[in-house]
Amino acid sequence: MKQLMTGDEAVARGAYEAGVRFASAYPGTPSTEILENMSTYREIRSEWATNEKVALEAAIGAAVAGSRSIASMKHVGLNVAADPLLTWVYMGVNGGNVIVTADEPGMFSSQNEQDNRNYAKFAKVPMLEPADSQECKDMIVKAYEISEAYNTPILFRMTTRVCHSKSVVELGERREVPLKDWEPDNGKYVCVPAVARRLRVKLEDRIRKLTEFSESTELNRVEMHPGKTGVIASGICYHYAKEVFGDSVSYLKLGFTYPLPMKKIRSFCEQMDTIYVIEETDPYLEEAVRVLGFDCLGNNFFPPYGEMTPDVIRRAIQGQGEETIDYDTSKIISRPPTLCAGCPHRGFFYTLSDRKNLMISGDIGCYTLASSKPYQALHSALCMGASFSLGHGAQTVFNMGDSGKRVVAVLGDSTFFHTGINSLINTVYNQSNTISVILDNRITGMTGHQENPGTGFDAMGEPTNIIDIETLVRSLGVKHIRVIDPNQLDQVNEALDYCLALNEPSVIITRYPCVLKKFSEADKQEFEGMFQGKCHVDPDICIGCKICLETGCPALSVGRDMPQVRIDRTSCVGCSVCEQACSIGAIEREEQ
Amino acid sequence: MTKSILLVGVGGQGTILASKILTAGLMEAGYDVKMSEIHGMSQRGGSVSSQVRYGESVASPVINEGGADMLVAFEKMEALRYIGFLKKDGTAVVNDFEIPSIPVITGDETYAPDILEEIRKHVSAKVINAAELANGLGNAKVANIILLGTIIKIMELTKIDWESIVRSTVKPQFVEINLKALQSGMDAV
Repeated sequence: MKQLMTGDEAVARGAYEAGVRFASAYPGTPSTEILENMSTYREIRSEWATNEKVALEAAIGAAVAGSRSIASMKHVGLNVAADPLLTWVYMGVNGGNVIVTADEPGMFSSQNEQDNRNYAKFAKVPMLEPADSQECKDMIVKAYEISEAYNTPILFRMTTRVCHSKSVVELGERREVPLKDWEPDNGKYVCVPAVARRLRVKLEDRIRKLTEFSESTELNRVEMHPGKTGVIASGICYHYAKEVFGDSVSYLKLGFTYPLPMKKIRSFCEQMDTIYVIEETDPYLEEAVRVLGFDCLGNNFFPPYGEMTPDVIRRAIQGQGEETIDYDTSKIISRPPTLCAGCPHRGFFYTLSDRKNLMISGDIGCYTLASSKPYQALHSALCMGASFSLGHGAQTVFNMGDSGKRVVAVLGDSTFFHTGINSLINTVYNQSNTISVILDNRITGMTGHQENPGTGFDAMGEPTNIIDIETLVRSLGVKHIRVIDPNQLDQVNEALDYCLALNEPSVIITRYPCVLKKFSEADKQEFEGMFQGKCHVDPDICIGCKICLETGCPALSVGRDMPQVRIDRTSCVGCSVCEQACSIGAIEREEQ
Repeated sequence: MTKSILLVGVGGQGTILASKILTAGLMEAGYDVKMSEIHGMSQRGGSVSSQVRYGESVASPVINEGGADMLVAFEKMEALRYIGFLKKDGTAVVNDFEIPSIPVITGDETYAPDILEEIRKHVSAKVINAAELANGLGNAKVANIILLGTIIKIMELTKIDWESIVRSTVKPQFVEINLKALQSGMDAV
């Protein structure tokens, strides 16, 4: 049977067909849908982990215990999981193990453009790079064969366009793989120095064998066409090159890219006069070509950053892209992403933006949008969980001077469970008067609503224990905690006043669900009447001062015909932040 | 010959469902199909696009500037933003619908009133009012399916069994309204 699938869906399907029984992940664009799809196969125990390190460690445990297992994450997630990865490679597997990294050339939803192919070389972990959805499925199945045959975890490197593009996939059947027995083997699984030194030597032997595999496997294949021009490419870049060159050049299409098939590359290059190496981000393949002594057109010829789409390739080779329509771009408005109408972050950041002499330490989530207009209430965004620790460091230094500057550090509930909790422990332990704010919208929002340890459900949709953030924070010894409804601006102000007056750690928890969330029974009970009202403007009272527009709500607008503000009834959910912002009572909330 | 259709709009307008039905139909008809979307941050009220390519054998899932046979804009400013992606002889279908962005709401930018005129200077755009048509059918949310009907008509894909695709894609209670919307979009051009 044929089906249109994204690369993410096809990876999940491949894992299903390969007999995988355990999957763990932390959500992150563009990898999130892998685990979401995995959880639709009841044969696979699918889990959201608290972070990528934990996800990989759980998947390692599953593999050690004898099951085929998979951990998936976005590229920066592998930084978090790098610690277990680099030693896990020494140990080798029992059941097969695959680690999926979803890189983001072009940075559509990411804070950097790191090329995780470097991790393969760094960790000495064999790597596969699929080019489309069919390959995603087939290569996952192949990855488990290699993993178990060579006693190694496998790095499966995807990019945004592979993850999120749909193409036709021929489905196969699931092959049940029996669980292997677990026996204690301290010479393999207890990586103390004496063991590690032995495994280190064995690792080199494994890489030598895998190099032979790389030379012979059809995953690395040559497509010869007349002429002396050749393209070397892996992943989606192979299809981009095909789009531009068609059958006018020969291809070395690489699917198994660590260790690289150096003999195959040499033999291909020897037959060519001109060699294009087409790859995104780092000159990973190009360096191999140059080590072999061949000149090529690569990172010095194509842009060293961003996507290597057919358009980019054409511009580099022909000096121009396709013929286009010329038009006046000056009338185009910008359309940045915004906090939704009814977003519980709005009331908090609208209020916070009025405060002076603050550094607002931010994090990764929807609330990062508070850095732009109209709030401009966020001054840093580094990596998951950094807001509290970065904020603590900054506050400590501000306290050395006399500016009186205070740090308000913000992150979301899922980010708090990810690594924010470690940072909060550090703030409490080292006693800075940083104000740490947990924006608890009862779900992992930005990536499209994944459950987390605070929501009461697991990845399979089963009810589970709810970890209460307030209780957890209190147990750390934080004496000053305010739990507030962020839609009530007086509560936000009171909490900020209270915490700013303190000279010791404090925590504010804003507790209100994401407007787009599928509400649980517990949500409905706790937040009775949520999002059921509508706000409207009384045109006789509104003077057109536009103060309410500073809330940045997309439901509000001013027409071309009259100065009064209008509220779109379809998108308004009656959060009442604009009503509270209006100082003359022109906005009224009605219950529905 | 590979054909390229670029669907653009604002997060939440239903471009993804429209392109899902479109690609399912194309695959049923025996075409090789590739589609590319960017999910993630831009969904939050930002500018979104779905790129659909079909033919005998499709290589890249991405449509270049100057590479689209058809541009379908669910919002008219987005039509202007993406006009450069149309081939010189490509067709534009524009929904006469306006969604202000936050910089427009806060007064930092202005949404010019003559966007359709600006578009018409460069391409012979087919302008339809999908919102009005959808309201006429009694459900404002099917504007995306009306636009899908327009695509099907213009790209001469009417022979595909769209009814069964719609039946297998949307919830049973919404099948009839979506079929009506599809027909309404076909009749609009």
